[in-house]
Amino acid sequence: MLQAENITKRYADNKVLRGVSLRVDRGEVVAVIGPSGSGKSTLLRCLIDLERVDGGRIMVGGETLVDSQAGGYAGKAALRRVILKMGFVFQSFNLFPHLTVLRNVTEAQERVLKRSKREARERAMEVLDKVGLSDKASEYPYMLSGGQQQRVAIARALAMDPQMLCFDEPTSALDPLLTMEVLRVIKGLAEEDRTMLVVTHEMAFAREVADRVVFMKEGTVRCEGTPEEVFDHPEVRAFSSQAPKP
Amino acid sequence: MKYFNNPDRLVSLLWQLWQGLGVTMSLFGFTLLFSLPLGLALALLRMSRHKALRLPVQLFILVMRGTPLILQVFTVYFVLPMIFGAAFERLTAVVIAFVMNYAAYFAEIYRGGVQAVPVGQREAAHVLGFARSQAFMRIILPQVIKRIVLPVSNEVITLVKDTALVTAVGMVELYRVARNAASTVGSLEPLFIAGAVYLLINAVVSFLFNRVNRYFSYYQG
Ligand SMILES: Nc1ncnc2c1ncn2[C@@H]1O[C@H](COP(=O)(O)OP(=O)(O)OP(=O)(O)O)[C@@H](O)[C@H]1O
Ligand SMILES: [Mg+2]
Repeated sequence: MLQAENITKRYADNKVLRGVSLRVDRGEVVAVIGPSGSGKSTLLRCLIDLERVDGGRIMVGGETLVDSQAGGYAGKAALRRVILKMGFVFQSFNLFPHLTVLRNVTEAQERVLKRSKREARERAMEVLDKVGLSDKASEYPYMLSGGQQQRVAIARALAMDPQMLCFDEPTSALDPLLTMEVLRVIKGLAEEDRTMLVVTHEMAFAREVADRVVFMKEGTVRCEGTPEEVFDHPEVRAFSSQAPKP
Repeated sequence: MKYFNNPDRLVSLLWQLWQGLGVTMSLFGFTLLFSLPLGLALALLRMSRHKALRLPVQLFILVMRGTPLILQVFTVYFVLPMIFGAAFERLTAVVIAFVMNYAAYFAEIYRGGVQAVPVGQREAAHVLGFARSQAFMRIILPQVIKRIVLPVSNEVITLVKDTALVTAVGMVELYRVARNAASTVGSLEPLFIAGAVYLLINAVVSFLFNRVNRYFSYYQG
């Protein structure tokens, strides 16, 4: 589903990604863990064209986003197809404050996918129901708790019917109780065999939900494998014993 | 007391002020009508990724905000006809000068408003597949409007008072009528009446902007 090869990215003198490769197969849940500043967010942002890589190749669902060996970035139309294959959930939710919960979920369906108002509304109510918030449809984001806002953000991504979901520390802005309700939703999605890439500091969650765990440090993938393998790695042990427990 | 105790004289003064007010309001109305959208265009150019678009606008804004409005009015009124030949209608000339000046101020207000919208909003629109222009119109602009209501109201209130500057090129508007009447009869009363009229206009402007501001309080953030 997703294949990233030898991605490099630097900000001025700061080499943030030093040849990172990552693949996510269809139906697979991959968790990315690693210390702060190791480049996890940057990697994720490169995958959906929020940041541009300096080198490497990214393919999503058979579509090439960038191939530095062969022509660089794809054209506008292909970029758009890649973006639409992926749903993206931010740490800071980024709901649209001027729109109701319902319109947060319908706006892109109508404007981008050109769905009819009715169709968009129906799909929105389906996904809001899935995250347990259909009763909040007419409220504004500021009226919701952080956990509820993040669930709306997940619904907003789901409504676009992406082939894959990316989460960048979806619970880092939440207190433990709200973290649990959001993790439960993500776990539910994993059980539907969705393809997901989740950057997280929640070690227990990664261990339980991920098919594969990728440990990043200093802009490289230090080790990857099943949760058992990765959490047994000495470097990961040292890291996860410092990480906050849920 | 040369007017308030002389009904005939007062009525004729009020009639002249009324006509002057027409000129004042035309200048005010045309300036807003053109400078509000032109300011948005300038703001977009000012924020362009392309230097060739950004730099000239930056220079334009610097000059418009950095020199006296009255000098700009003179320039348009006297210098442009020298270049383009035909003389401008007086009102046209001052409207052009006012529009350029106010568009520059509005452009910077809009730019500030756009920058105050968190970058996450643009990013969320991007990952949902919005094109840049769609994201701007649907997601960014509505949030910008909420943020610029108060600074724009400041400019509009200033504009009401700035219209008095055009007496300098001989336009007979509210202030000029009052000043003429004051000096012919030797009384400050016409000027006070004119002052009260400016105040009244700005009271209405303030009221309207407060309504707009209240409208946008339906959401926070
Ligand atoms: N826009 C930017 N400009 C300059 N440097 C940046 C930018 N974004 C990230 N960086 C740098 O890139 C490095 C990696 O950042 P990144 O956010 O990818 O780390 P992370 O692994 O997601 O960390 P965290 O766990 O704290 O979220 C950091 O050193 C950061 O300072
Ligand atoms: Mg991060």
